[in-house]
Amino acid sequence: MASRLAPERAPDGRFGPYGGRYVPETLIPALEQLAEVYAAARTDVSFHAELDGLLTNFVGRPSPLTEARRFGAAAGAEVWLKREDLNHTGAHKINNTVGQVLLARRMGKRRIIAETGAGQHGVATATICARFGLECVVYMGAADVARQALNVFRMELLGARVVSVESGSRTLKDATNEAIRDWVGAVESTHYVIGSVVGPDPYPRMVRDFQAVIGREARAQMLQATGQLPAAVVACIGGGSNAMGIFDAFVDDTAVDLIGVEAAGEGLESGMHSASLGAGSPGVLHGSLSYLLQDDDGQVREAHSISAGLDYPGVGPEHSWLADSGRAHYYSVGDRAALDAFGELSRLEGIIPALETAHALAWVRRPATPWPEGARVLVCLSGRGDKDVALVAERAGATA
Amino acid sequence: MALSPAITSSDVGLRGAFAGPAPALVAYLTAGHPDRTASLEALRVAARWADVIEVGVPFSDPLADGPVIQRASRQALEGGMTVPGVLELVAEADVSRPLVLFSYLNPLLRYGLPRLMDDAAAAGVAGLLVTDLPAGSDSALEAGIAAGPLTRIPLVAPTTSVERMRAVSKLGGGFVYLISRLGVTGARARLPGDLSATVARVREATALPVAVGFGISTPEQARAAGQLADGVVVGSALVSALDAGGVAGLEELLMQLRDGLEAVL
Repeated sequence: MASRLAPERAPDGRFGPYGGRYVPETLIPALEQLAEVYAAARTDVSFHAELDGLLTNFVGRPSPLTEARRFGAAAGAEVWLKREDLNHTGAHKINNTVGQVLLARRMGKRRIIAETGAGQHGVATATICARFGLECVVYMGAADVARQALNVFRMELLGARVVSVESGSRTLKDATNEAIRDWVGAVESTHYVIGSVVGPDPYPRMVRDFQAVIGREARAQMLQATGQLPAAVVACIGGGSNAMGIFDAFVDDTAVDLIGVEAAGEGLESGMHSASLGAGSPGVLHGSLSYLLQDDDGQVREAHSISAGLDYPGVGPEHSWLADSGRAHYYSVGDRAALDAFGELSRLEGIIPALETAHALAWVRRPATPWPEGARVLVCLSGRGDKDVALVAERAGATA
Repeated sequence: MALSPAITSSDVGLRGAFAGPAPALVAYLTAGHPDRTASLEALRVAARWADVIEVGVPFSDPLADGPVIQRASRQALEGGMTVPGVLELVAEADVSRPLVLFSYLNPLLRYGLPRLMDDAAAAGVAGLLVTDLPAGSDSALEAGIAAGPLTRIPLVAPTTSVERMRAVSKLGGGFVYLISRLGVTGARARLPGDLSATVARVREATALPVAVGFGISTPEQARAAGQLADGVVVGSALVSALDAGGVAGLEELLMQLRDGLEAVL
């Protein structure tokens, strides 16, 4: 059963000190209801049957595991790619939207809202809403609307309304603010499908559980293909949902190194980056306590990355806890290295990765210390790069 | 949930503001908006006409606020306003009305909550309202607030059950801030039709005075809300008046609101 759920970690919504439910009072009953409905669904056979059916017949799971021999040779490691790019809509995001929309139906909520950065979560939400005939409104920062125009059109084709958000840095953080404002005003009829392992409880644990199918499949596929677990599992981190999804099945395999790769943008020293874990400090944004890019007065700083999906000043609270506890390790990779890896995987493997994913690939290509002889590395190939082709072409033209 | 807070002088002062014959006027202003000088003057003008003043601490991501207060917060931050700056402003304003610090959690966390409460009390602040710290969400922080010198203002919404209203009210004092409607701050054309029933539910839960806020912008709305509750909170409309007509414009609206509330008698 693809959606079988393991006993839940952090059922109280706290990961060490992180997480929690720091939201306006108006939202508390809705979060309590969501937590209850989710708890009931977790143990409901009919819910899992419905979810499994959609994951198999609509999303196209299980996604394959592909060995990247030529890329691996260049990186000096045996590299395996978990192909979330082959899911319907082209990224891991749909694993979560399918689960949440099933919960919204159980709550009788027929209006769905979402925030989106690169547009992948917006497309995944619009897609499942189209399938179930639900109203869908997607909030997207105006800067992202400009750099991800193709995904805006996709969402509109799917019947969603895309609201361009002009406030603040006009990226994912501001889209999330605006989605929360919408939800506060329409909470009785509306479910907010948060796209990552961020936000108030129960979102971080619920989104993790819906994404955990990635790691469950990948762990079994690695064992089947190689007879062994990988030495390391590597994933990119914005909010961190593809990373939590693939890490989850390996958390108890303590010999497996879990590596998250944040966006260093133009470099950590430039201040123009999105490395919340690498250069932030604990704070509260969007309903939970977690590492955050902020100034000395507690004002949230703007994040920067060439990749719209990583361009976020916060990170999921479970990652903060995995970092503090030392179970996972977090590094960062800048725009230029990500662009190089984007091109390299395309040329060497015939797979065009999302710019987000390219950050994880860049780290595999140049790890903090070189891979030991014969190291086996599993990478979450979280999405495909069609949406990024225009941007990459523009950058190539500008530097040519 | 945490222990009930002790009755303090700030609590008595806040409650006293609701003891007059007419419903109390609670005025919200964003500290540092439109700039420090005008903000200082605005606080003093507000103290002439309002019974309680809510001083908004500007935050980069005010997710419970509509466009007017979003813009005011951004302007205040661009002008260099900070948490220490808000406390200095309040101390310098030295107004005779009870003050409530109205803030999102993160700037307070960064400053240090225990230190913040001591410094705010020293600056003359009586109450504390943290928009994104709902009752029961963080027992350690909440116990710290209960033990500090400021009165925590309980906040309830139309979605809050009577049972929860009861628990929320016990965690604070002064008065209960009732959010009149679903949604963010900002002017609306009319009061919600179910406001009377919502106020009745709050009264069932607590004996504290009830102030109604969110969406109240005109003297007529203030009068109508004042017929149901013990006080009304006006925020975005005052911020807009300050934007459009300066401190004189602010005072004009405060006087009209005051007239509206006196008409309840």
